[in-house]
Amino acid sequence: MADLTWKDMEIGNIITTPGSARAYRTGDWRSDKPIKDYETCIKCGMCWLYCPEAAITIDDDGMYGFDLFYCKGCGICAEECPKKCITMIEEEEV
Amino acid sequence: MTQEFVKFGKREITTDEPFASGHRGCIGCGEALAVRLAMKALGRDVAIANATGCIEIISSPLPDTSWEVPWIHTLFENTAAVASGIESGYKMLMKKGRIPQKHIDVIAIAGDGATADIGIQALSGALERGHDFVYLCFDNEAYMNTGIQRSSSTPYGASTTTAPAGKVITVGQQTQKKNMPAIAVAHNIPYVATASPSYPFDLMEKVKKAADVKGPAYVHILSVCDTGWRIPTNMSVTIGRMAVQTGMFPLYEVENGKYKLNVDKELKPVEEYLKKQGRYRHLSDDEIQKIQEHVTQEYAKLKQLATS
Repeated sequence: MADLTWKDMEIGNIITTPGSARAYRTGDWRSDKPIKDYETCIKCGMCWLYCPEAAITIDDDGMYGFDLFYCKGCGICAEECPKKCITMIEEEEV
Repeated sequence: MTQEFVKFGKREITTDEPFASGHRGCIGCGEALAVRLAMKALGRDVAIANATGCIEIISSPLPDTSWEVPWIHTLFENTAAVASGIESGYKMLMKKGRIPQKHIDVIAIAGDGATADIGIQALSGALERGHDFVYLCFDNEAYMNTGIQRSSSTPYGASTTTAPAGKVITVGQQTQKKNMPAIAVAHNIPYVATASPSYPFDLMEKVKKAADVKGPAYVHILSVCDTGWRIPTNMSVTIGRMAVQTGMFPLYEVENGKYKLNVDKELKPVEEYLKKQGRYRHLSDDEIQKIQEHVTQEYAKLKQLATS
């Protein structure tokens, strides 16, 4: 992206790839990471509904997980979870 | 008029995301959440005119875009004018047979500054001309994009960078919030509503209803801004809910001039809502009392309109 110049742009700055922001890793912004107790989860989907990043995944069983590629670690899911089965822990440098 | 309108329940909400992940919204952005829910309700047969503001800068940092639907960036002042142009253009092209006949919802998206301050004359014109479009105002109560400057939508008592709580004027913003929904109602348009992403089903139903209504529709959405309101990032949904429960931002809809309150419970004291936010930190008990009186008075007026 850094090598992109004005010559590579379409006339009128038209973006020809819809949803190209999906390639951008917003997960790098995170300082707290959500972890979940899968035993107490009742699959209500409130975390999925309230996530501003759409970073909650749904698997075939209807169980909700986290897409850490996009998760910015805001903690809304942990706050809004009616069973309080999501907790935020500090991200460790790996 | 509203036959196509559907009720949303959790299982009926699509997993499709026309507003893609990877946008640059602040951590815990209530506005991005509101846009995501609104786009889920609208689907993909839309054309969007988006005013300058938070949503524009977070969703389309060139060369990336979060939109998977036709989208155009407009200026602050002409969003409603561009949207009405799109609507008329589609109508004419379909009439001439250049493009296939299809219903396309034309959506104008703007922040509170672009709606209540800069773009109000274009909005007023478009509402008056009766174009079939939806105007979504995402109200975060200041110019958050450029660094929390006051707008006419900033509520009384909030501290912003251009209306700070100082030594002489200790209250912050000295004027009351402009009542934009009432201005929209005054144009006698078929549908006006207020919504909050903390009530997601209510928001999605209202946005869908606004799109299905023939003629202009206006939806005013309170989008909590954790950066500008000085709250922790995980509180944006909770604070949005408290704004409704305390009566600071009542949820109602106006269909052909008929008012209807959507959340009508006993109001909680506004103190609960104000004390949680850093932008109201300086307020004295007298000022809080003043805000409480104003809220009670405004809510009573609204209730009277809804019951008459």
